[in-house]
Amino acid sequence: MGEDRKTPLHEEHVALGASMTPFGGWLMPLRYTSDLAEHRAVREAAGLFDLSHMGNIKVTGPDAAAFLDHALVGYISKVREMGARYSMICAEDGSVLDDLIVYRLAAGEYSVIANAANAELVLGKLQERTADFDVVLKDVQAGQALIAVQGPRAAEIMLATAGLVEDAEISGGTAFADLKYYACLRMRFEGEPVLVGRTGYTGEDGFEIWVSADKAVALWRALLTAGEPLGLVPAGLSARDSLRLEAGMPLYGHELDTTTTPFEAGMGRVVRLDKVSDDGTPLPFVGRDALAARKESAPARVLVGLRGEGRRPARADYDVVRRGAGTEPGTVVGRVTSGAPSPTLGHPIAMAYVTPEVSAEGSELAVDVRGRAEPFVVVPMPFYRRPQN
Amino acid sequence: MADFPENLKYTTEHEWLDESTPAVIGVTDVAAEALGDVVYLELPDVGATVEAGAVVGEIESTKSVSELYTPVSGTITEVNAEAVDNPELVNQDPYGKGWLFKVEVTGAGELLTAAQYAAHTGS
Repeated sequence: MGEDRKTPLHEEHVALGASMTPFGGWLMPLRYTSDLAEHRAVREAAGLFDLSHMGNIKVTGPDAAAFLDHALVGYISKVREMGARYSMICAEDGSVLDDLIVYRLAAGEYSVIANAANAELVLGKLQERTADFDVVLKDVQAGQALIAVQGPRAAEIMLATAGLVEDAEISGGTAFADLKYYACLRMRFEGEPVLVGRTGYTGEDGFEIWVSADKAVALWRALLTAGEPLGLVPAGLSARDSLRLEAGMPLYGHELDTTTTPFEAGMGRVVRLDKVSDDGTPLPFVGRDALAARKESAPARVLVGLRGEGRRPARADYDVVRRGAGTEPGTVVGRVTSGAPSPTLGHPIAMAYVTPEVSAEGSELAVDVRGRAEPFVVVPMPFYRRPQN
Repeated sequence: MADFPENLKYTTEHEWLDESTPAVIGVTDVAAEALGDVVYLELPDVGATVEAGAVVGEIESTKSVSELYTPVSGTITEVNAEAVDNPELVNQDPYGKGWLFKVEVTGAGELLTAAQYAAHTGS
């Protein structure tokens, strides 16, 4: 393993006093001050995240849409221009290689955003699948930074940011005020085009901005300057993880991996078995046969949300057990994939794979927390849903 | 910046000890900083007899769990109930309101001075 890579914003994080941690081959900010304070800022005002470690693969060519329909499980050719779609890339056996966001930037031009740790693998797998298609793949991550502003005040902050302006000539047809969730537009920052997606991984409204590495520091500082009076704070991976967990969003390596199909993970909706070719026949895509069979069979385990009835949180890899009379852990019925004390809800929350017979809402289970059975109950996800106004 | 009061003794497990009677024990600001936000404390039972160096509880933060050791042998006389209810006291005031438990001491393990502890942590 080589040394962890640094993002174009590394010096900013160091200057802000961040604790840095290796993550997916990168050195990333874990927290700047306090996990809880950063988490709460995102729920109540806004947080600023450096996500430059995410992989970014540009797919261009006349067959780009057909290629992505073949290579991914989603119906990517149906994504409208300047739209975004959450999708997955699966192996032939239906197992999940990565979860992705695909942006359609123009006819025949897409960006595929992959998890940092999987970026190389995804590029390789996509490349293998290009055989019959007129497309070009390019890893465009190196020259770019990805900065996210997430929270109820995110839109206000974007509008208040010096140097960040709308330009109808390059926007792609949308005004910032009309930008929908899971759509994007181009704006200018200090004259240079940036891509702004209304996407995120926190359960809040928010934006993700791709900017050239050259302008990354200037944009980061401009956002902080505009946002600080509105409650914006820089936020690290620790807050990002507790935010996504509250929002019931899977994390690759925890809820998703190569032993899991999208169906066990409760994400079957991303698998589009209804994809058809121009002549109306079912479109073959990588993993289709395995996934079609899998959809019809009873799952051996399902992903559920768990709410702790005590104060001790469950952690990833702890056993889920049957609840007994005392604190002695009962029979193992599953395994925790992610768990933490929920800062917003004030009690422990967790995601876990359990056997179907104990997966119903209200099912009273326990988690073996270092030898002691702590009571947990199955609850619907997401654990937290942002207030709608 | 790290702060190690001169009047306290320390351990390599990042605990501090106030050698009054009974002795008061907590974790250092180095430990508090490394743990992140503390959300749960499991402290020993009052009346329990403990051996220096033994695990007597747990400190759980948003991201991780650490074992709590006792630097001295003896009998637990009191635990900080306020800190159990408000674990953030460990982060906010590790040498004050964030103290963890008191021991009627019968023997001590290896203890460090503030200077030795500072050298140990490299600060």
